[in-house]
Amino acid sequence: MSDASTSDPQIRVVLAKLGFDGHDRGIKIVARILRDAGMEVIFLGLRQSYKNVVNAVEQEDADAVGLSMHNASHMTLAPKMVDALAEAGLEVPVIVGGIVPDEDIDPLMKTGVAAILGPGASAEEVAQTVRDAVAVVRGSSPQA
Amino acid sequence: MSLRGLPPADIFDKALGGERRALGRLITFVERDAAEAETVAELAHERAGNAHVIGITGAPGSGKSTLTGQLVKLLGEAGKRAAVLAVDPSSPLTGGAILGDRVRMEDVASPDTFIRSMATRGHQGGLSLAVPGVVRLLDATGYDPIVIETVGVGQVEVDIAGTADTTVVVATPGMGDSVQANKAGLLELADLFVVNKADRPGAKDVRRDLDLMLDLSHVSGQDQRTGMRPEIIMTTALSGEGAPEMWDAIERHRTAITANGQLEARRVNRDIDEVRNRLMADLESRVDLMLAGQSLAGVAEVLDAVAARSLSPTAAATQLAARIKDL
Amino acid sequence: MSDPAPDQARAAWQEAYDATKLRDVPFETMSGVPVEPLYGDGPYPGQYPYTRGLHAAGYRSRLWTMRMFAGFGTAEDTNARFKELLRAGGGGLSTAFDMPTLMGRDSDHDWALGEVGHCGVAVDTLADMEDLFADIDLSSVSTSMTINGPAAMIMAMYIAVGEKTGVERSQLAGTIQNDILKEYQAQKEYIFPPRPSMRIVTDMMKFTSTEMPKWHPISISGYHIREAGSNAAQELAFTLANGFAYVEAAVAAGLDIDDFAPRLSFFFNSHSDFFEEIGKFRAARRIWARWMKERYGAKDPRSMMMKFHTQTAGVSLTAQQAEINIGRVAIQALAGALGGTQSLHTDAYDEAMALPTEDAARIALRTQQIVAHETGVTNVVDPLGGAPFVEWMTDEMERRAEDIFAHLLDIGNDSILEGAYAGIDDGYFVGEIADAAYRFEREVNEGKRIIVGVNEFTEGDSGERNLLRIGAEVEEYQLKRLNDVKQRRDSDAVTRVLTQLKTEAVDPEINLMPTMIEAVKTFATEGEIVASLEEVFGTYVEKVFL
Repeated sequence: MSDASTSDPQIRVVLAKLGFDGHDRGIKIVARILRDAGMEVIFLGLRQSYKNVVNAVEQEDADAVGLSMHNASHMTLAPKMVDALAEAGLEVPVIVGGIVPDEDIDPLMKTGVAAILGPGASAEEVAQTVRDAVAVVRGSSPQA
Repeated sequence: MSLRGLPPADIFDKALGGERRALGRLITFVERDAAEAETVAELAHERAGNAHVIGITGAPGSGKSTLTGQLVKLLGEAGKRAAVLAVDPSSPLTGGAILGDRVRMEDVASPDTFIRSMATRGHQGGLSLAVPGVVRLLDATGYDPIVIETVGVGQVEVDIAGTADTTVVVATPGMGDSVQANKAGLLELADLFVVNKADRPGAKDVRRDLDLMLDLSHVSGQDQRTGMRPEIIMTTALSGEGAPEMWDAIERHRTAITANGQLEARRVNRDIDEVRNRLMADLESRVDLMLAGQSLAGVAEVLDAVAARSLSPTAAATQLAARIKDL
Repeated sequence: MSDPAPDQARAAWQEAYDATKLRDVPFETMSGVPVEPLYGDGPYPGQYPYTRGLHAAGYRSRLWTMRMFAGFGTAEDTNARFKELLRAGGGGLSTAFDMPTLMGRDSDHDWALGEVGHCGVAVDTLADMEDLFADIDLSSVSTSMTINGPAAMIMAMYIAVGEKTGVERSQLAGTIQNDILKEYQAQKEYIFPPRPSMRIVTDMMKFTSTEMPKWHPISISGYHIREAGSNAAQELAFTLANGFAYVEAAVAAGLDIDDFAPRLSFFFNSHSDFFEEIGKFRAARRIWARWMKERYGAKDPRSMMMKFHTQTAGVSLTAQQAEINIGRVAIQALAGALGGTQSLHTDAYDEAMALPTEDAARIALRTQQIVAHETGVTNVVDPLGGAPFVEWMTDEMERRAEDIFAHLLDIGNDSILEGAYAGIDDGYFVGEIADAAYRFEREVNEGKRIIVGVNEFTEGDSGERNLLRIGAEVEEYQLKRLNDVKQRRDSDAVTRVLTQLKTEAVDPEINLMPTMIEAVKTFATEGEIVASLEEVFGTYVEKVFL
């Protein structure tokens, strides 16, 4: 069963920063990048709890979650977000953006994070990474 | 357990059972006018008709989101299970949108409140079609009241706020609002005016300007929709001051229009408008197909004649109009 | 004060210069060419409006303070780093705190997991503060503490450490950042809403006015505003506007302007566009002097003299080919010196990815030592003054800043303080900053603006990093420490003093500092004190403006 659109349905992304970190320059830029790429960004911003993100994904029927991390806390916070979403029965990819040292990339991916975007990622890379992550999840079944 | 592959009726049952994820998915179907949307619409229609629908609209910067948040907080404290549909403009260039209203309300809303962000261009069929469908869904799954919050810049957003049972227009000092209110037809639509940021200088002037305009329209015989003169409430959304008074005014309005039959009349109009909007949308897409030469024969020749200036647009339209019955 | 005739001004400058004790170094070029202390005409350094500098002799009498930021891990770890820096020739101690501490939460808070000791030192109680400054004579150092929301608590702890080690509060020298306005605009480390936060700030200003003459109670900061993405003119204008806002608040709270203004200091960013930065620094001094004198009626020249600390731009550091950051930092440090900064922190080259390693921190310090001792720029006061481009840039920065002040006065009904509140409330500041950040990002993305190693000249990135890792032991240690302190303290005393604090918080006339000091002495935790005040003041939640 396909829906009425001839192209892929519009992507809705929840963007959030977990924990105390107050650096929001990056996440605001990503929000604009994704908007410019035609996506709908549900912008939660700073100091969000796992619960807030889960609630947003549920009610907004979001296709992906983007987390912005600058405080070396990615190894603790991101996997917990992945788990919280899984526990709520939500199949959405979690994409981590920000400062992730090279040696943490593999271990982080193993915890279930769908993709990692470094500080040098271009606007195209950011948008494409989101599209690819969403396509993986959407593609695994005939119904969107 | 995944919702994927589940028939819409099953998802609907889950939503009725309180599963918010399911409700979120159903709203997506309606927004996108997906194949499932018709089934969902029927299921919702059977159960809807109870909720009080409140439209809140105002210019950017009027503080209406904060105000909606305060309202929702009050509703939660009063034990109501409210829903908010926050409508924000999409970028006309890219079709994308940044929807930031949710987070303003989340901190004050009770855990029971359902909040959904909608972009003006986020879906097939147009906003005027999607919103009634989403409202009906929220109604059917037991949310009451339902608040539709829109930015009153575009005519469409203004109209949507106007489809509510009670329409609240938010103005603020220093934004030339009284002029704006007149322009977008907000004066006719408003059932209640809120002057927010009442602590700022100029707030009293806005109130006075609104009073004046209401007096004038009364004198000139312009019909208010209910024959009732809209109240003007002063609020300071940041502190919550005036929010209880606003809610009281909304309740008073609802009581009044229930008593005088206006509520029923509005709902009937709303439904008939929806039928009309759907027909128009359908017609529009058929006309587009026709003009693209993809449905009827002979159309291309008519358009070529217009391009060659041997046939006037008026004559061309008359010719093609005769063929509309064939579409 | 009317302008003296040019000859008089020069004579006055000469007199001041002659009366200054100079450093005992030859003021000549590397080739032995003697140079004058000053070239060109007025305005003169050390004279209103101080465009060319605060002192007649500039760096000839005293170099800028080489103040290197430190702070990570446990208080003991940082204490060791402090002692090293003092040995290596640094003159001031500068403390960074970890995220939970900055946000007014204890190390056992839900969200503290993974953050304890990571971007700075963890301080939960007075015990940690005592460890932090163990064996350091507080009367002989100048300490700068970079903290804002919970500044009052941290300052109270520092005072208490002084008391316990026999140092009178009147002898304590240093700065606490305590610039809450920029938190709402840029750094986002706020706790309470703006107005109650301003009350705490004015309490601290009043307290230090009478009790701590060597203490700077606010470091009005543009650094973070710039890091958040603003351009140079916005950094300049928002910072100065915040300064004016604090002045208005203090005066409204009953202080005489000349009683506190001399102890206000500023903190700027030094970014890569060399001449823009220098113009910015010079314009800053000029604007501050003029406004303080003409608008706010200051009489004491020291109220008009803007002192500032500078830090090289963290946001300009790249992870790619990180070693080249040393070059960036050197140029930014040079701009700071040519702009006449009073103190300077140079970033370490590896800071784009993590806290600096010891080696990298040392290289950063050496970089500014090169500027100070090898380049000769310190031989002449305001050496670029009079250069047509530099003077034009100074004027241009001032002009752009004045436009922004006009807007704030407009939305604030002729008060910069009200304009600041209004701008926070309606998203003016965050909007301007986000726009500027986005514009910059687009330019880099489109290749219009070249960032070496990022969008051009990308060959040479080894990809290897020797990063500083904070182990989990820090968190374990800190949690245990916190627990021990809580066990050993008198809980009743804690409860009593916190109740007292809440009562006082309700009355804006009462200065909270004395009770704050009593509270930290009972070993009430930072988180407990903050939570008590939140009950009275509320918690600030930011609105999204994009």
